[in-house]
Amino acid sequence: MTLSDNLIGASYVYLLEPEVRFLEAAVEHLIPTDELGPGARDAGVVVYIDRQLASSWGVHGRMYRGGPWMEGTPQQGYQSRFTPQEVYRIAISEIDQHCKTAFGRPFAQLAGDRQLRLLKQLEKDEIALPSLSSKFFFDLLWRNTDEGYFADPLYGGNRDKVGWKLLGFPGLPTSEYRRLVTSSEPYHAEPVSVLDVQTGKVPVDAEGFPKHVIIKRDR
Amino acid sequence: MSNTKLKSVDVVVVGSGVVGSIMSMELASAGLSVVCLERGRSFDVNTDFYKPNVYDELKFDRHSDIFQNLARDTITFRNNNAQTALPMREMGAFKPGEMVGGTAVHWGGNARRFLPHDFEMRSRIEQRYGKSFIPEDCNLQDWGITWDEVEPYYDQFEHIFGVGGKSGNLNGEIQAGGNPHEGSRSREYPNPPTRPSYEGRLFADAASSLGYVPFQGPTAAMTQDYRNLYRVQMLECARGGFCSSHVCAQGAKANPLTSVHPALARQPTFELRPLCNVLRVNKDSTGKKATGVTYIDARGNEVEQPGSIVVLGAYCFSNTRLLLLSGIGIPYDPRTGKGVVGRNYSYQQGGSVHVFFDDREFNPFIGGGQLNTSIDEFNGDVIDRGPLGFIGCAYVNTSARGAAPIKGKVVPPGTPRWGGEWKKAVAHNYRRNMAITIHGTCLSYQHNYLDLDPTYKDAYGLPLLRMTFDWNDNELRMMKYLDERCTEIGRALNGSGLGGKNKGTHFGITGYQSTHNVGGAVMGSNPWTSVVNKYMQSWDVSNLFVVGGSAFPQNPANGPTETIGMLACWAADAIKENYVRNPGSLV
Repeated sequence: MTLSDNLIGASYVYLLEPEVRFLEAAVEHLIPTDELGPGARDAGVVVYIDRQLASSWGVHGRMYRGGPWMEGTPQQGYQSRFTPQEVYRIAISEIDQHCKTAFGRPFAQLAGDRQLRLLKQLEKDEIALPSLSSKFFFDLLWRNTDEGYFADPLYGGNRDKVGWKLLGFPGLPTSEYRRLVTSSEPYHAEPVSVLDVQTGKVPVDAEGFPKHVIIKRDR
Repeated sequence: MSNTKLKSVDVVVVGSGVVGSIMSMELASAGLSVVCLERGRSFDVNTDFYKPNVYDELKFDRHSDIFQNLARDTITFRNNNAQTALPMREMGAFKPGEMVGGTAVHWGGNARRFLPHDFEMRSRIEQRYGKSFIPEDCNLQDWGITWDEVEPYYDQFEHIFGVGGKSGNLNGEIQAGGNPHEGSRSREYPNPPTRPSYEGRLFADAASSLGYVPFQGPTAAMTQDYRNLYRVQMLECARGGFCSSHVCAQGAKANPLTSVHPALARQPTFELRPLCNVLRVNKDSTGKKATGVTYIDARGNEVEQPGSIVVLGAYCFSNTRLLLLSGIGIPYDPRTGKGVVGRNYSYQQGGSVHVFFDDREFNPFIGGGQLNTSIDEFNGDVIDRGPLGFIGCAYVNTSARGAAPIKGKVVPPGTPRWGGEWKKAVAHNYRRNMAITIHGTCLSYQHNYLDLDPTYKDAYGLPLLRMTFDWNDNELRMMKYLDERCTEIGRALNGSGLGGKNKGTHFGITGYQSTHNVGGAVMGSNPWTSVVNKYMQSWDVSNLFVVGGSAFPQNPANGPTETIGMLACWAADAIKENYVRNPGSLV
């Protein structure tokens, strides 16, 4: 990766360069940039995924990991022998291999509409990967993309709180909620994150609640 | 690893949650020496749960270290006997806790009593609809207790957990503003009711227009500063959301850690031992008397703690599993229907109808699920289910959800799962929908049960608990009926569209539903169909009490926590008033 196309100044702990390229392309289809605001790529979702894979979750630190491993029914949930770290590493490499065989280049270098079609096929389990179900990988990727776009920016995604601005979610509550809880007036405020308070960007009152900056709206 | 045998105490309590903490408090304050063993670690509410870090949805909802550590111990699950049960590898449908204070530390705070009907469900159904109305494979049974017996203990629990509400039936007189269908209560709630949210007022208007009687659901998030029965102070709720799955930084949501443990720590005859994992209850040579328990302590030593009385006060799964691992009671066999331990495992039905608006905008992030406006016309035995052809009931409500951004997004039916259209739908609808939520009964069936898994083991080499469970036609019919009624209420709200959550006909352990797992060591008046008698005392081992959600013969509609707390007060009273004076069977 050259510095010039690393627009958000991201750094990576676990992911390898081809994996970053794959994920930047994929997550941008899942939550695209449009007139409502930045998509998952510019929200830092790939950084989020990288940090999650490097965390205890990435190695299933608090999950049951004993065998034997069987596929199970959809009702039985996660039954893969692989940890999330392994799922991402293996699936991306096998999908890229599939793309090179079928189209001569890795996923990240294909045209946008081709990428979109491939993602839909992965979701429907229509691409037979050698080592795991493509739907299983897609579902994990979508879950993590959603988390990364809407979790506190503390975790590397939701940069500039774009996910919260999209929803109109003000983040941390204020002491005013006691009064506002019965109100029928829509309440809009600049979102405040855990990261904002931890880094001293937003001050808190004696109870520890941040003070919101109200957004005035024409109604 | 060394083996140690400690000095005997009066009472050994396993688990430090709702049951463990309240029973320890009641028994220690009666002068008994009590040791409470907890597998999780100690938490300090002032330093472990502080602002701003408590407002971290990802951490507390998905990756929390206050949930059971599945790397050490989990359950296995299958829908039916023909399948192979596989381990629950990650947390999904339910979230048992692992900490001092237990699962209830991260409960939502809905503090509803059951209805008088719920304790005598089989008798009342047979009386009203006839025996043949009950499905043949359904193990519906009475609890062995009646409303009048346990009402004082509900009252006691409400004064420990500072429940806020308005009575609807005070000493037999129906009260305006409360729930007219609730059982007669001996006193008013200790705290005032909540005031309805905007969504709650809309729901109340729509429900009233259809002839229902809305009321504010009882809550254990303090509606004013409150000093409880144990002289512990709790602060008024700030309505900031982050309730269920989270620990309240305000100390406003009553839970064992904030409402009981501070008082318990002051009891001179009480000792709490965290990080101690109980392996089994020990018995004497007759097999009819418990001599104490054996546990692995924090340093890995195997320790024997003798005691005159043993209380299993852990989660539904742990209580049942400890009985099975200790060889107490006959394990249930679904092929013959014989045996009791693991029998009558049940869960909770849930669903919702979402009403979407183009012209209304809410503040869904303010409040929490326990601030809700409810109706009870579908609960208990209010409606005639004869022509409807199902057994069961539900309460229906609209809450100030405290909708968090990862899990609280709702989109209309037909919206793609991801992509640009999904993004637009999420942006438009997050603040423009409200939910009418159904919380329904789940009966017990012959083929739904708990036993020990033949293959998978925990970190100590002991077999995992195996859950065999699926939804049944009766519950699916009930949910279809309730979905239709809630859709009618939804239509009366005149939104731009309706949507619902359809979770399919088979139960799955993925996707959060509720941590309302019950049964496995049920209470009753017949030792052939129950593990404990009406005082929660083992039929087989008279100095063993098994208390908690494990005792529910089936699951009523209202959430279990309030009744688990009530049963703790009830069982503690039976021990200190009767058992201690005259040890032996209480019935």
